[in-house]
Amino acid sequence: MMRAVDPEARAARFIALEEHESTHDRVVWGMRQHRDKAVAGVPEWEKLRELASQIKEHTLTHLDRYLEQFEENATRLGTHVHWARDAPEHNATVYDILQAHGVRSLIKSKSMLQEECGMTPYLEKRGITVTESDLGERIQQLSHEPPSHIVVPAIHKLRTDVAQLFAREIGSDPGNADPHYLAEAMRGNARPRFLAADAAMTGANFAVAETGGFVVCTNEGNADIGASVPPLHVASIGIEKLIPRARDLGVFIRMLSRSALGTAITQYTSHFHGPRRGGELHVVLVDDTRSERLGSPDFWHALKCIRCGACMNTCPVYRRGGGLSYGATYSGPIGVILDPGFDLEKYRELPFHSSLCGSCTEVCPVKIDISDQIYKWRRVVAAKGMLRLTKRVGMSALGATLGHPTAFHAAESVSETALAHLPRFALYNALNPWGRHRELPAVPRRTFRQWYLEHRAKSGD
Amino acid sequence: MTAREAILEAVRRNVPRPAVALPPLLAAGAQAIGTSIGFKEHLTDLPEVPGCQGGPCLPHFRRQLEAMGGTSFDVADDAAARAKIAELFPAAKVVCSAVPEVPGARRVEQVRDPRELGDVDVGVVRSRLGVAEAGAVWLTQEDLVVNALGVLAQHLVVLLDPTAVVPTMHDAYALLDVAASPYGVFMAGPSATGDIEGVIIHGAQGARTLTVLFLAPAIRKDQP
Repeated sequence: MMRAVDPEARAARFIALEEHESTHDRVVWGMRQHRDKAVAGVPEWEKLRELASQIKEHTLTHLDRYLEQFEENATRLGTHVHWARDAPEHNATVYDILQAHGVRSLIKSKSMLQEECGMTPYLEKRGITVTESDLGERIQQLSHEPPSHIVVPAIHKLRTDVAQLFAREIGSDPGNADPHYLAEAMRGNARPRFLAADAAMTGANFAVAETGGFVVCTNEGNADIGASVPPLHVASIGIEKLIPRARDLGVFIRMLSRSALGTAITQYTSHFHGPRRGGELHVVLVDDTRSERLGSPDFWHALKCIRCGACMNTCPVYRRGGGLSYGATYSGPIGVILDPGFDLEKYRELPFHSSLCGSCTEVCPVKIDISDQIYKWRRVVAAKGMLRLTKRVGMSALGATLGHPTAFHAAESVSETALAHLPRFALYNALNPWGRHRELPAVPRRTFRQWYLEHRAKSGD
Repeated sequence: MTAREAILEAVRRNVPRPAVALPPLLAAGAQAIGTSIGFKEHLTDLPEVPGCQGGPCLPHFRRQLEAMGGTSFDVADDAAARAKIAELFPAAKVVCSAVPEVPGARRVEQVRDPRELGDVDVGVVRSRLGVAEAGAVWLTQEDLVVNALGVLAQHLVVLLDPTAVVPTMHDAYALLDVAASPYGVFMAGPSATGDIEGVIIHGAQGARTLTVLFLAPAIRKDQP
């Protein structure tokens, strides 16, 4: 049996690195603040959210038709369309295409789907040199780590970490941790790789059924270099990425980067409709549990996700614990609801790596009920008998107390008296993880119920 | 069963019910630009989205472009455009042009392989559409001739008719036929990254700078 990921322990290791934790918190929260500012400049934001949600729900409730329409139109444009049921089939399909073209070196731009499929190690094992071209993703590749954030994959690292890594891997000056210098060093390293690559791979942010094309959004333009320099371009597209019409892009493109980084648009919003002059274009449409999720009344809405990362930037648990604490391809609140769908056994602890504050649901541009789904995954984990012992004991005691008003009122008064008089060490001990980084508020003289009863008595009703 | 059949069958079995209707898109207050073919008919839908906030589109476009890290200049004519490029990039050895207004040391039409563009200092192209809210210009394979010119050039100069700027992305998508070219990109400023501690850096992988020169095409060959 595969051991479950323990996000608490992994987060504790990150939090112990004080400078990492505080910088991460500040930078990621900064993205949330930029998002708020950008959103405030769009008075019709809520209308856009509603439209985006409806368009996605419409597409998902007619997905078979839109997939067929996309395939037909893409084929008409000269794109080769492939289908893959799962990760192994995706990887084998990609490898077949690359092999048929004698590809030895591949330049890729960021694709969460290719991460999900474990494509890079698969191809490397078969002798293909794979170079990530997104700066953050390249940092993660050289660190042998998965991305810690959907949009900014190496955001858990300090500039000094990157300086050391680049000094070791690409021969830059270990004493120079200026991000400008580091980005320039990687530009110099990546350019020759772009020019020498036999093929490029990208993901896709949106695939348009009515046109048979797809859209890739980047800030570095790395997908564009890949797609325009080597003669072969292969794109992996999750089947949930479909939208019906080109005009729907207006809604999503206006929201994507505002939600992600707080800019009005990504620097490059690139549309691919058939092969470029002198090139060849393949797309691989990938299911990998998506069709199964589609059939789940509680969880299919997660397929609306446009991977903006806003839920991560706002999440207090993510910001403190870092993205690697989730031990999965997708981290943050969206990861908490996606990962258990891939492997419940392995990711059964993730739904508890949340305070259920609901901020993720509020910022989601496509109105996914993220926090409700987190709660529902907890129920799934409990129903399957996968709760940890500490949670089972605590929960059943809590259930007994909350289920009986008399017991609850007694417990309430007792605990408040106890809180006021117990020595501090009784509250801040190793058995109570919530006490580790917190101080309790001052204890009120009366419980709310006592206050309420007194006032009701006074007002006479 | 092939993967295709298996996936479509699983999707058909699982599509959520009840089905959700496709909402009509209430598009923006599109302004007629009427300068080019390749655009669809003008919008007739109800204006629902506020257009350029604070007045005409052009100042809004310039502010947004600046926010994205780009710059823009008015130029009086072709000669002024050439002078501006020389002034901005005095050290440029290879200027590769895709426009008649600027001859350049190299014509992109002569390029056989995109890899030949690896040494380009300045690329010069013309965009047919700007979007104010995003500070973005639309470039296609027809505009770039060799798509790599837009991303391999160290610096990119984009000529844009100042009357060809629409307020929002809704307007842009309503006007454009994005499927008309194998490649079309909204470029908003130069290449950028915030991957190291969120510090914004321009010139990550693509162009280091993006400069828009406002200049109407001398010959409106696009006009019907």
